[in-house]
Amino acid sequence: MLRTSSPLPGFPLALGLLLSALSVVVLLPLAALLGKGLAMGPGQVLHHLGSARVGAALLLSFRAALIAALFNLVFGAALAWVLARYRFPGRRLIDAAVDLPFALPTAVAGIALTTLYAPNGAFGRLLEPLGLHIAYTEAGIWLALIFVGLPFVVRTVQPVIDEIAPEWEEASATLGASRWTTLRRVVLPVLSPALMTGFALSLARSVGEYGSVIFIAGNLPGKTEIAPLLIVIRLEEYDYDAATAIGLAMLGISFGMLLLINATQVWTRRRIGHV
Amino acid sequence: MADTALHATPVTTEARSVRLALSSVVLALTAVLLLAPLAVVFAEALRAGPLASLQAIGQPDALAAIRLTLLVAAIALPLNAAAGLAAAWAIAKFDFRGKALLITLIDVPFSVSPVVAGLALVLLYGSGGVLGDWLKAHDLKIVFALPGLVLATLFITFPFVARELIPVMAEQSRAEEEAALTLGASGWRMLRTVTLPNVRWALLYGVLLCNARAMGEFGAVAVISGKIRGQTTTMPILIEMLYNEYLSTAAFSMAALLATLALVTLALKSFLEWRHADLLAATRRH
Repeated sequence: MLRTSSPLPGFPLALGLLLSALSVVVLLPLAALLGKGLAMGPGQVLHHLGSARVGAALLLSFRAALIAALFNLVFGAALAWVLARYRFPGRRLIDAAVDLPFALPTAVAGIALTTLYAPNGAFGRLLEPLGLHIAYTEAGIWLALIFVGLPFVVRTVQPVIDEIAPEWEEASATLGASRWTTLRRVVLPVLSPALMTGFALSLARSVGEYGSVIFIAGNLPGKTEIAPLLIVIRLEEYDYDAATAIGLAMLGISFGMLLLINATQVWTRRRIGHV
Repeated sequence: MADTALHATPVTTEARSVRLALSSVVLALTAVLLLAPLAVVFAEALRAGPLASLQAIGQPDALAAIRLTLLVAAIALPLNAAAGLAAAWAIAKFDFRGKALLITLIDVPFSVSPVVAGLALVLLYGSGGVLGDWLKAHDLKIVFALPGLVLATLFITFPFVARELIPVMAEQSRAEEEAALTLGASGWRMLRTVTLPNVRWALLYGVLLCNARAMGEFGAVAVISGKIRGQTTTMPILIEMLYNEYLSTAAFSMAALLATLALVTLALKSFLEWRHADLLAATRRH
């Protein structure tokens, strides 16, 4: 790493501090995880990942995260639009409330959602007679992941809506486009990179989520047991090999998604040419 | 949408009926998905009366958990702020090769599951881990002890301050700092009197978010804490234990404390965004 000439001091000190902190706090532990995987060998890792219970847990974590992120994509975009474009009493309050999932500890959200949707809870009581079981089913996991992922979509999309120049929409309307056509052909393309980023961030957060899910999930092996919980269970059994294998798979999924996010951003930037 | 022509809706918004329908659906969903969980925390905490709630918080285990959570945050926050400041100074004020990679590495904790972070720390510092034997020989305890809790918290919150400071510092020109140096100020004096005042609101904002996450962190801390009652149980861990023991009032009283912290965080955050929006990077992202 070479620095270009700058009269400002402190570069070696700042970079040194940053690299040491980054190494000790983040990189060294992750290296230990990778090293443990290497020591086990790919055969052992795949052997652990091949078990039906692990496969079901990984699939569930990914599937539920995908469903929640898709819901958040639509709902988050609508919420961002309403907050950015419409004026109504209490708007600032709702706007602040969007960040609640960032600030509320996940364990608190978990027990609150479970209490609401349990068969005798405030919402559960209304839903059970309709045959809708939320708590202790996969639907409960979706709900928890919707909660934790929502702000990512809203906070990514909202500032981009604010930046849309009214002239674009006016021009579109002047040229005879209906409001729907304007939204579809003018607004949506401008928002699509932000929508994709928000979707991906929400997905990435949801795949690894633990605290808000374990209370409401029921945690039935093979059915409602998420992958992070299986890691915790294996660690409590001192089965470090199995925990490492699942951890590596989750790390792989995370980095795969990170690459995907970067790739879609590069792709949309190239296609649309701005933002 | 037939009434568009009659009521002359501006062309840059939707018809009144569409706006009404969309707002109602979106606001109702927000109330159900976001506000109801918050409300139920306080309702459940006060179900047996405020006295029972206060008694639950006054239990020795609860007080120990509150103390531990505050202690972990008090250790992790300054370290994190220092690392974030160093990161922002190096990345925003200088050009060097590998900068993009470094920024990506700082963001890594955002995309790693907290449980995987905890697992990685156990594999590094735990018994049988890479450094396990060495630590044992020197009688140092990290896993199932305070240092482990701090390390897990540092991992999870690592990007918060840096992410907030980098864009703000990058936007401010180097001229003021260069002027300070020309006038003979030392590097430390320049940092104290020019750089820090320029980024103070952004720094506060980053530390605020970092604190909310630090005090509420569950997944990574759960793995590394060992859940020794009164010793390594932070507030979120104690909430889980109480909840699983069907001690609902106690669990929700503790949860209400953390929810209050979350509300204070949101209020301060909104205030900073409203009062100092021009000095924050975050008004544009989460």
